[in-house]
Amino acid sequence: MRQLDLRRFPGFFAVTMLCVVVLYAPLMVVAVYSFNASSSITLWGGFSLDWYADVFTGPEAPKFRVAAMNSLIIAVLAGCGATIIATAAAVAMHRAGRFRGKTASFALINLPLMVPEVVTAVASLIFFTAIGFSGGVGTILLAHLTFCIPFAYLPIAARMQSIPDAYEQAAMDLYATPWEAFRLVLLPLMMPGIFSGFLLAFIISLDDFLITNFVKGAGVETLPTAIFGAVKQGIKPNIMAISTLMLGVSVVFVTLSWLIGRSGQRDKA
Amino acid sequence: MAAMAPGGASSSEIYKGNAPRLLLPTWVVIGVFLLVPVALMAIYSFLTKEFRGGVIWEFTLAAYDQFFLDRGLFGDEPPSIEWTYITIFWRSIWQAGLATVLCLLIGFPTAWFIATRDARMRTVWLLVVTVPYWVNLLIRTVSMKFLIRDEGPLNAFLLWTGVIDQPLGLINTNLAVQLGLFYSYLPFMVLPIYAAVERYDFALSEAAADLYADRWTILRLVILPVVKPGLVAGCILVFVPSLGAFLAPDLLGGAKSFMIGSLIEEQFKGAAGNWPFGAAAAMILMTIVMIVLLVYARSQTREAAA
Repeated sequence: MRQLDLRRFPGFFAVTMLCVVVLYAPLMVVAVYSFNASSSITLWGGFSLDWYADVFTGPEAPKFRVAAMNSLIIAVLAGCGATIIATAAAVAMHRAGRFRGKTASFALINLPLMVPEVVTAVASLIFFTAIGFSGGVGTILLAHLTFCIPFAYLPIAARMQSIPDAYEQAAMDLYATPWEAFRLVLLPLMMPGIFSGFLLAFIISLDDFLITNFVKGAGVETLPTAIFGAVKQGIKPNIMAISTLMLGVSVVFVTLSWLIGRSGQRDKA
Repeated sequence: MAAMAPGGASSSEIYKGNAPRLLLPTWVVIGVFLLVPVALMAIYSFLTKEFRGGVIWEFTLAAYDQFFLDRGLFGDEPPSIEWTYITIFWRSIWQAGLATVLCLLIGFPTAWFIATRDARMRTVWLLVVTVPYWVNLLIRTVSMKFLIRDEGPLNAFLLWTGVIDQPLGLINTNLAVQLGLFYSYLPFMVLPIYAAVERYDFALSEAAADLYADRWTILRLVILPVVKPGLVAGCILVFVPSLGAFLAPDLLGGAKSFMIGSLIEEQFKGAAGNWPFGAAAAMILMTIVMIVLLVYARSQTREAAA
């Protein structure tokens, strides 16, 4: 009797290819059309970089530049803030033994993942209006900081799970204070997790449209809300060029976090 | 949700007693900027609407009444069930459910295929599947809109090959929204299933094969039950965000494919809005999601106990 290859199922490779085509076809098509020389978004008029030039120097360039700066500032600040908060939380959850409110704290950290995004958006708008904060970069930043915490926490906690406390115990046996044991021993070991946590929080902040759209107030735009506004008037080639640029940024970030994750794994081995 | 509860080997007590200080920032930020706002939203859903947007602090059940009951144009007829909003919720549940099933049908074979490659190819395939997850959701949805427009490349290609003789008319339909949801959340399905399949012990398959089970019997009776936690986690990760999705229905759908996300958003835009009603709709959405998550959490604990 022929040996059955138990890892193989007929048709699974085809489905995988279908999955890849579905995931990439729309992005590839937009990337290709962003190099279209024709101003029509339907007909192919040859290769050109005109729309990329338009993104940086065209009539809409100042608007998109301001939006991109806002997005970047918010993502960096929210990412850093969330990473610091999540690092402290991860140390408490993994190095403070049992304490009252541990389960509640764990639920709280994950709460932003469980509440639907549109609900968070509505609640934030109501809250900021009720306390008299007018929308702007500040309200966007506070909202982003909140929902970035669990995303920063996940990789940091995962990393901490694989760090035994023997190193810190050893340091403290040699008269390191708990703070020194943290700063000189635990923190360096946590670094790959902290870095992936920051990257994830940064991307999640950069990605957000819905919550931002609710709390941003009039006249303040981030890149996604500016793109959304432009798309509502119809998809123009410059939008495709911006999209392709953002696609490029994302690819760079994934590769970066992938390489960091790999180096982290090598440490473990 | 996917995170493991802390504890086990790495739990230690070096910073015992410092937990309150270390967790204070988390409690302040998430407490003040999420818990308090959600509580405030719950209160707002019982307040009276102010016509310029906003609320008057007078308690009323008007928002929930408007959601569930139809009292005629002037509000003086005997109440009957108002189907408008229930239909929108039902459509959202249906669309999210269908997207979940489609993601499962495509996601499981994909995850299986990736998990059974050798170690090096596995990382490459994983990277291929994760890259789209990192690409801005708005941009992905806009790309999908561009692709399936009537004048878009998909129709152009199909017309050129002669498969169709006029554009499919996909855009602004429920099908387009479905495609958008499926495309948005597919990576969420693949990753948890992959994690489950990677841990699968093939000795189980071999044992079943020794007992003359064929390939598909093994899949049905051995593999699927073993990797079920991964399947369920993937379904939750696709269903929950699909239910409250805004971008896919807004950009790809039309008036007949309106979903909860858009219904809520509309209540907070401009003077035509109705904040208490929007808050009530958001409360109902959150209740549905919390029920799904509670059922999931209970099934998890039951399985852990078994």
